[in-house]
Amino acid sequence: MRKVLVVYLVAEPETPELARVAVEAGADIVELGFPFSDPLADGPVIQRASERALARGMRTRTCLDCLAATRELVGDTPIVPMTYAAILEAYGWERFAADASARGATSLIVSDVPAGLRPEVGRIHLVAPTSTDERIRVAASTSDGWLYLVTRTGTTGARAELSSALEGLVERTRAIAGDLPLYAGFGISTPEHAAAAAALADGVVVGSRAVEAAEAGPSVLGEYVASLRGALDGLSG
Amino acid sequence: MTALEQTFGEYGGQYVPETLIPALEELTAAWNEAKDDAGYRAELDELGRTYVGRPSPITLVERFAPSRRVYLKREDLNHTGAHKINNALGQVVLAGRLGKRRIIAETGAGQHGVATATACARFGLECVVYMGSEDMRRQAPNVERMRLLGAAVEPVETGTRTLKEATSAAIRDWITNVETTHYVIGSCVGPAPYPELVRELQAVIGREARGQLLEAESALPEAVVACVGGGSNAIGMFAAFLDDEDVRLVGVEAAGAASLGAGRTGVLHGSRSSVLADEDGQIADAHSISAGLDYPGVGPEHAWLRDTARATYLPCTDDEALDAFERLTRTEGIIPALESSHALAVVDGLDAEYIAVCLSGRGDKDLAEALAALSRRTG
Repeated sequence: MRKVLVVYLVAEPETPELARVAVEAGADIVELGFPFSDPLADGPVIQRASERALARGMRTRTCLDCLAATRELVGDTPIVPMTYAAILEAYGWERFAADASARGATSLIVSDVPAGLRPEVGRIHLVAPTSTDERIRVAASTSDGWLYLVTRTGTTGARAELSSALEGLVERTRAIAGDLPLYAGFGISTPEHAAAAAALADGVVVGSRAVEAAEAGPSVLGEYVASLRGALDGLSG
Repeated sequence: MTALEQTFGEYGGQYVPETLIPALEELTAAWNEAKDDAGYRAELDELGRTYVGRPSPITLVERFAPSRRVYLKREDLNHTGAHKINNALGQVVLAGRLGKRRIIAETGAGQHGVATATACARFGLECVVYMGSEDMRRQAPNVERMRLLGAAVEPVETGTRTLKEATSAAIRDWITNVETTHYVIGSCVGPAPYPELVRELQAVIGREARGQLLEAESALPEAVVACVGGGSNAIGMFAAFLDDEDVRLVGVEAAGAASLGAGRTGVLHGSRSSVLADEDGQIADAHSISAGLDYPGVGPEHAWLRDTARATYLPCTDDEALDAFERLTRTEGIIPALESSHALAVVDGLDAEYIAVCLSGRGDKDLAEALAALSRRTG
């Protein structure tokens, strides 16, 4: 079965075109980061990108326009806005979900709203190596389409090694979540990491390194995503 | 309603990444067990008496406020010079019960960092304190104190380089090292159970003050006043008076950091509260001459006390705080912290004869900053 490749990009004026390039190079899902001034779950690369996006005026309404423009360019590829509670609190929780959906969002990820909190807003939940089986059960039973497996305790950002915690987390989650697809992220940056993580999970999420590649321009991003696609297809081929 | 959801009316909750939820559940369980455990309470009482110098006295300040009866609750006389030690010791002892040997903290004015470093030295624990580089400049003596006590002080260079960023950095460290580390948060902010836990550890202030005031005046004060940044000395002072309906509770915010007076409902650092933010929820920069009040958020219980009108919150400008700083020093021979000076500054404007003010800390750490500001004013 094809392993799923999720690519995260921060919403900026260039992002619709960058997302198109990423999808053409083999991304199956696009995560669209709506920047927040105090992103607690993010490491230095996404913090910096968020700061820059905010300085360029990427506020909630502009990000929703960016979402709609991306939808125009990527066909049926799922687009998942990823943001923080403060953004939804200010915009209105259900109103945000409705407006994002109307502009082509497939679901939603809110980094600092754990499963069980704000159940009125359907979204993709995260589970972490620290999650108890009970927490995994809550997340799996209410997650919207797939589960985001956080490979390590820590913030987003590239690491030298893939976390050894992933294997145990996949096993525990699989036993509880059954057929729900499990995509692993946090600290996955190289094709080797992607292949190793995808050998365990159903797919991978690439964030900080994709943001860096996007900063270097569409051709660098395209090559980077293609290298990940190649590594994942090597597994199933 | 679970801790994930709101805990003080519509405020509070646990707005944190999933990675921290199990640690918060573990902390909640340990806290619920400890707070009802006579052994834990006796250990804190003993530390308070023999190490901190509790009970702290109350002082009638007749030259500062002639013709009125204004009492200061002297948290400035505590070991390490502020109320912060009450919380730091309580949490470090709790960390011992959790089996955590590494302690992290954020600090603004440096008082919480010093208190936590002190508690870690006392119990032989590793201590890392996150501090904005602007605050390290403003509060240099406290940086030296923390390092002398054996703590590592990590400068935070992002954003405004003050308490907000230091708190974010501490939370990121906790997300990464949660299995070995306890985060000693310094105020009644953050995800549940912290706001309640910090209130209970600071409630000793109000408990003592209420008894001392009754003994001195055979009556409760008309008003109880405390400064509010995150709001821990205020919530500790207010806690004992919440059921005394005739006692007015007055919190004083820095005018440039008035999360309650000028804020809106938002989410910051793990809880839903009143925050300084724009219409999109992006957190705004706070400003105050006092590093301890220079924070765009506030404890969720204060937001609830404001909404229910049990407490009122007043703004105080840098200038008004400096006036009070100078006046208490000259009239009473007590140099207050710039934070506490905000509480002192509103006393004249209150329609009350008998007032208790929490003097949350001493001003030694502020000398350079306050003297420079005073000379700019006269010069």
